[in-house]
This record gives sequence, C-alpha cells and structure tokens, in this order.
Amino acid sequence: MVEQSIYPKDLEMVITTNQVNFFYGLTQALFDISLLIPAKHVTALIGPSGCGKSTFLRCLNRMNDTIPHSRVEGEISINQKDIYAPGTDVVELRKEVGMVFQKSNPFPKSIFDNVAYGPRIHGEKNPKRLAEIVEHSLQQAAIWDEVKDRLHANAMGLSGGQQQRLCIARALAVGPRILLMDEPASALDPKATMRIEDLIGELRTNYTIVIVTHNMQQAARVSDYTAFFYEGQLIECDATPKIFTNPRQKQTEDYITGRFG
Amino acid sequence: MKNNAADKFILFSLRFITYAIVLVVGYILFDIIKNGAPALNWQFVSTFPRRSGAEGGIFPAIVGTLYLVVGTIAVSLPLGVGGAIYLAEYADQGRFNTLIRLAIITLAGVPSIVFGLFGLGLFVLFCGFGPSILAGSLTLACMVLPTIIVASEESLRAVPKGFRDASLALGATKWEMIRTNILPYSLSGMITGSILGIGRAAGETAPILLTVAAFYLPRLPKSFFDQVMALPYHLYILATQHPEADRIRHMQYGTALVLLLLVLGLSLGAILIRTHFRKKFRW
Amino acid sequence: MSRSRKLHITDKLMRLLLVSAASTSVLIVCLIFLFLFKEAGPFAFKPGLEKLLDSQWIPVSFQEEHFGVGPLLSGSALVTALAMLVTVPISVLVAIYIAEIARPAEREFLKPFIEILASIPSVVLGFFGLLVVAPLVKTLFGLSTGLTALTGALLLSLMAIPTIISLSEDALVSVPYALKNASLALGASHLQTIFRVTLPAALPGIVAAVMLGIGRVIGETMAVLMVTGNSAILTFSPLASVRTMTATIAAEMGEVPFGSIHYQALFWIGIILLGITFALNIIAQRVLKKYGMMK
Repeated sequence: MVEQSIYPKDLEMVITTNQVNFFYGLTQALFDISLLIPAKHVTALIGPSGCGKSTFLRCLNRMNDTIPHSRVEGEISINQKDIYAPGTDVVELRKEVGMVFQKSNPFPKSIFDNVAYGPRIHGEKNPKRLAEIVEHSLQQAAIWDEVKDRLHANAMGLSGGQQQRLCIARALAVGPRILLMDEPASALDPKATMRIEDLIGELRTNYTIVIVTHNMQQAARVSDYTAFFYEGQLIECDATPKIFTNPRQKQTEDYITGRFG
Repeated sequence: MKNNAADKFILFSLRFITYAIVLVVGYILFDIIKNGAPALNWQFVSTFPRRSGAEGGIFPAIVGTLYLVVGTIAVSLPLGVGGAIYLAEYADQGRFNTLIRLAIITLAGVPSIVFGLFGLGLFVLFCGFGPSILAGSLTLACMVLPTIIVASEESLRAVPKGFRDASLALGATKWEMIRTNILPYSLSGMITGSILGIGRAAGETAPILLTVAAFYLPRLPKSFFDQVMALPYHLYILATQHPEADRIRHMQYGTALVLLLLVLGLSLGAILIRTHFRKKFRW
Repeated sequence: MSRSRKLHITDKLMRLLLVSAASTSVLIVCLIFLFLFKEAGPFAFKPGLEKLLDSQWIPVSFQEEHFGVGPLLSGSALVTALAMLVTVPISVLVAIYIAEIARPAEREFLKPFIEILASIPSVVLGFFGLLVVAPLVKTLFGLSTGLTALTGALLLSLMAIPTIISLSEDALVSVPYALKNASLALGASHLQTIFRVTLPAALPGIVAAVMLGIGRVIGETMAVLMVTGNSAILTFSPLASVRTMTATIAAEMGEVPFGSIHYQALFWIGIILLGITFALNIIAQRVLKKYGMMK
C-alpha cells in the first residue's frame, strides 16, 4: 500500500511494518497495514476517532500486549529485527522505543525521581551518572531551566504543559532512539501545545518520532511524512506538504478538507 | 412548599431515629467505660487471674489475644495481598477469576461458628495440631482473608492506570512495575484493611472456641502448639459460666473494656494511617 | 544478558506465587465443605438424615435422644425475623438521613459512630445485652427472665444496622444525579424526591443489603448464646426463651464426645447454616449485579 518511491532513495527506514493485522479478541482493528518509518524524521498518523492510529502506534512498542485477548499478525521490524518474533525481549524493545501518552502521567514522586525511574529500573545505581542522565534528559525536553532549582519537589505540582515535558524527559532518560507520541498535546492549552511542537522540531535531529494526532494543522506543522488511517486501514502515506495540498486518494482529501471526522 | 408540616415531621423523625441510634451506641460505650474503668489498673493488665478469674488480672488473656492476632496476620496478610495483586494486576483467565471472586464472597458470608467447626475438623483434628495457637490463627486467618483481599484490591485499583502504562513503556517488567510503581502507593490501603482484619480477629469468640481457647491456664504458652487464653473467650466465660458471675461484674467489665479499647484502638490506628498516607501521595 | 534473564525469571516466579495466593481462597472454601461433610457424614447412615427432621432437639437423654433441628431452625428464624423487623426500617431511614439530608459536617460525625458500632465485638454486645437489655426486657414485660428471643433480636439488630446502613447509603448515593435533578426540576420537594425517586431507584441495592444483613444475623453466635435463654423449643413467641442453631453448636460442642452422633449432628447444623448463608449471599450478589446493569 505504501510505495517506497515517496521516500528519497537513500533514506534509512528504522521501522518497517508489513501486512499488519490487529485483533481485539474477535474484532479486527487493523487491516493489512504496511508502513515505513524513516529514521530521524517525524511521521504523523492522522485520521478520525477510532481509525486505529493509536492501536497501530501501541503495536510498535508492544504496549498492546497488556490488553488481554489481543493478537498481532504480520511483520513489524525495528532495526531489521522482528519485534514479535518469539523470544524477543520486550524490556529491551521498550528501552529502544519510548512512549509519551496523551494524558501526562508523572509519578507522584519528585521531578528527579520521575526522570531517574527508567534508568534505575534498568540497573543504573551510580548517583552521579543518574544526575547526569536526569539533567541531560530535562535539557533535551526543554524544561531544565524551569525545574533545575527544584528537582526534589513533587512532580504533581507542575503545570499540565510542564508535566508533559517532564514525561518526555522521562522517556528520553532510558536512551531510546525512537519516540512514540500519542496525541501528546491534546490535553494542553495552545501555548503549551506550541512549546511541545517546538520541542518535537528540536528532537527530530536526534530521534525518530512517530506522532499520533487528531489535529491536522499540528501534523502539517511538525511532521515530514503523514499517514492517513481510516477504519483500520492505511489509506495513504506521503510527504507532508504533498499530502496536504495534493492528496492522491479521495478519502484523504475529504478528511483533510473537513468533510468528515 | 407543599405540605410543609408533614415534611417537617418526616425530617424530624428521620433525625430523631438517627440520633437515637447514636445515643444507643454512646450509651453502650458509656456503660462499659463507666463500669470497666475502675477495674483498670496496672495490676489488672499485668497479673495472672486468681480464683478462676474472680480476682487478679487478665494478663495471659491479653497476651493470648496478641499471639493469635500476630499469627492471623502472618498467614492472612501475604495470602490476602498476593491474591489481591493477582486479581487487580494479572487476572487474565476469565473463568478462574470468577471462581476466585465467588470463593471470596462465599468466605465473607460464612458464619463465624462454622469457621470454628472447620478449624476443628481440619486443623485441630485432621492436621493433628490439637487446640493450639496454630489452629486458632489458621482458622482466624481463613476468616479475615476476604476482608484483606477486598481492601487490598480496592487500594490497588485506586492507583491510576497511567502509572502502569508509563512504567511498562519505560521498560519495566510486570512485577517491577507492580513493585516500584503500584505497591508503594497502595500500601496504606492494604495496611488499613489488614488492621481492620486484625480488629475482627481479636474480637471473635466463636472461631477460637473450638480451636484454641482455654479458660484457666496457669502459664503463658511456650509454643504454637499450646492452648492460650483470649480476651473474648475470657469475657464470655466470666459472664456466663463462672460460679460467682454475679459478684465479679467489675472483672467482666474490665475485660470488656480492655477488649473494646483494643479493637477501637486498632480501628483508630487504621484511620490515622489512611489519612497520613492520603496526604503524602496525592494524584 | 544475565540481568535481563534474572528479571524475567523473577517475573514468572512472582506470577506463580500470586496465582497460588489467589487460589487459596478457592482451596479454603472447598476444604470447608469437605471437612464439614467429613465430620458430619456418618450421621447420614446411622441414625440417618431423617432424624434431623424430628420435632425435638434433645441430644442428651436417659430415654431417647432426639436430633430434630426444627426447634433450632425456628429459634434462628424467630430471632432473625424479629431482628429484621426492627433493623430494616431503622437502617433504611438512617441511611436516607445520612445520604440525603445530613450536612457534610454531620456526616463526618455520624459515620464514625456507625463504624464504632460495627466494630464492637459480639461478645461485648452480648455482655451488654446480658446486663442491661435483658433486665430491661424482663421488667418491661413482667417476665421471669429477660433471656428471650426479643432480647437476642434487639442485640442482633445492633449488629446488623451498621452493615445495612452503609450498604444502603452506597445504594442511595449511587442513584444518578440526573434522576434527582429531573424530579426537582418538575417541582418536587427534596423529601418527595427522596421517597418517590431516589429510594425506589436504590431499592435493589437496599434489598441486597438487607439480605446480607440477614446472613450476618443468622450467622451470629455469641450475642444470642448469651441472651436468648437457650431452651430448644419450637415457638413463635418473642418473649420465650429460644435456642438458635449457632448457639447450639457453640454451647454443646465443648462437652460432646468426639465422633459421637451428637457431635455429627452438630456438624450437620453447621452445614445447614452454611447452606443458608451461602444461598443468601448468592441471591444478594445476583440482585446487586442486576442493579449494576440497571444503572
């Protein structure tokens, strides 16, 4: 469904998905999804509610495993390794592929402990290294200046936008190269949203980002490539400027112009 | 407003009944405290009974109750918390889950004397423990298990789902997630539930009637296989079967007061713990 | 990777432990049934279960022993019925007051009292009943003794009231605001709303609460043992002395020779008690489930 030709020839693909079908029990939610995610670019997944974009995103770090009676068919490879192959270490996968959720969910611990949580459970005990990792992550998430004087304050005291950037720092702290973002700004006010979008622009130099958003303008602003999902199917994927000005499929055009969804 | 007089009367009656109950509870407490307090002194709680309990103290009964409580918690807490964690966090086998829940509901409804019969049949006779702290604790543990499971499960479910997702997405294994990111926040609820369970265990007579309780033991127990005195049973015998029951009201009231203070003290402790932890972890 | 493997093994091990812990509740229930029947079993062959249908309970006698549970069942039933007669109206009305009418400050004051009542050990209540309630009943009705079914019923209601109040309160509070608002918007007064809308909507929950209360009352041992007088006769008079099933077991088990027919009969009483409370529990759960679906 997705032609390689929409991408420049030498672009490295870090995630390849081929004929992916997903089932919640007996209900099928994804149909034959074949999508490529290029390295160090931002790919946006758009589509109306219930089209499967979040479900697809959660397949990429196997978070759907937590849903009972769920089943994945087809191939999903990250860095040329099939992540659903038997014997795959899901813990390692999630170190490699980080996730930020729609509703920010900082732990009721200090800011420092939030960011250090990931490295700590992966075995990092050295306090100096932990402090370095925490500072680096908070800087990358563009929130260091705001919290550097109160690292041991409770994270719940931060504003919504700050909490979300904290969650991004927390995800970065385990050292992933891919970042999955599930509608990261949908619960935030416009100003905070803008900061998140700026942050995504900064992060893309070092990370591969896949972002699910129901806000088309946001997708147009931040992403390099956009994939349009509808009712569990991948309708179209193309370079962002092209898909928003000259989509190939009529469904895509109808969605983008607001005829439905 | 229609029917103002009728409404006022109804309101008045509702209020009256409610506060009548409050008064009754208050009177019960008052009666026991008033009549029991004079008997309460250091000797009463620290010496052995003499003349079959007509004089002296109730020290061994207090110790016995404490032993039983410790034994009960030692068994029921791990099983209860473990079961609750399974139900709240794992629970992926539909039929098995329904079975467990049915079992919990059933256990919660079993009359205390039936637990006594059960303890007698299984622990005292079949396992050969004889009437003992072991048999009594195991029986009481079975009885309070549902309370602990329900309270623990509730406190586990109160932890927001987002914590689990975030933790797993950062690469924690399931048990790591539970241990580091759920248990710390649900601990207070579990402790509260356990203390309420202890309170029940401490005050129950029927289960220990047939499995451990003795009325007049000259020494403190030396092992788990010994019988023991216990506050509820002591009160019962003093009040109903002692030859001098009429004349030793102060001993009876004293025992009742000590038992009441123990149980109410535990409830109060549970509430204090709950409020303290509520302030600590807000989300 | 050794650390990773260790983690995964720990994970699997913990799961196993937790499943085992959860299974113990099922195990215990099975064991309860098993051991009750084990100890009671032989009675079914000699002298035979129909002996339980005898009209008298005279387990120790120089002439002929009777093991009819009828008088004991009637004792339990009488005491329970009387208790419920007192408890249900009081509990529901108090629940209404607490849930719908009391101010928040009042509620903070009232709820602890109910909790305290719930935590008082049954033997302490029995003791209070013996010393305060029984003489009261005796003087009030001019009887020769205050140890009657009525006395037991009064104490039992004290024990069931907190249970039914808190469950009924839950039921009342869960009635959706939308219904209450609709009624008020139509011009009904607060009280009219309570009795015509809220209460009927909460009825299934209240019924379930009452059933659980009945279960609690039937299963209560110490309080009734101490105040109902312990005479095993079939009677409907609240002022008579009666014997409940629970009290019988508690009172007679201590002196019964192990394995004797009397001993087995007592276990049969236990089985009957278990059956009754189990049935009540299941019905209450069914009602609650249906109520949940009605929301």
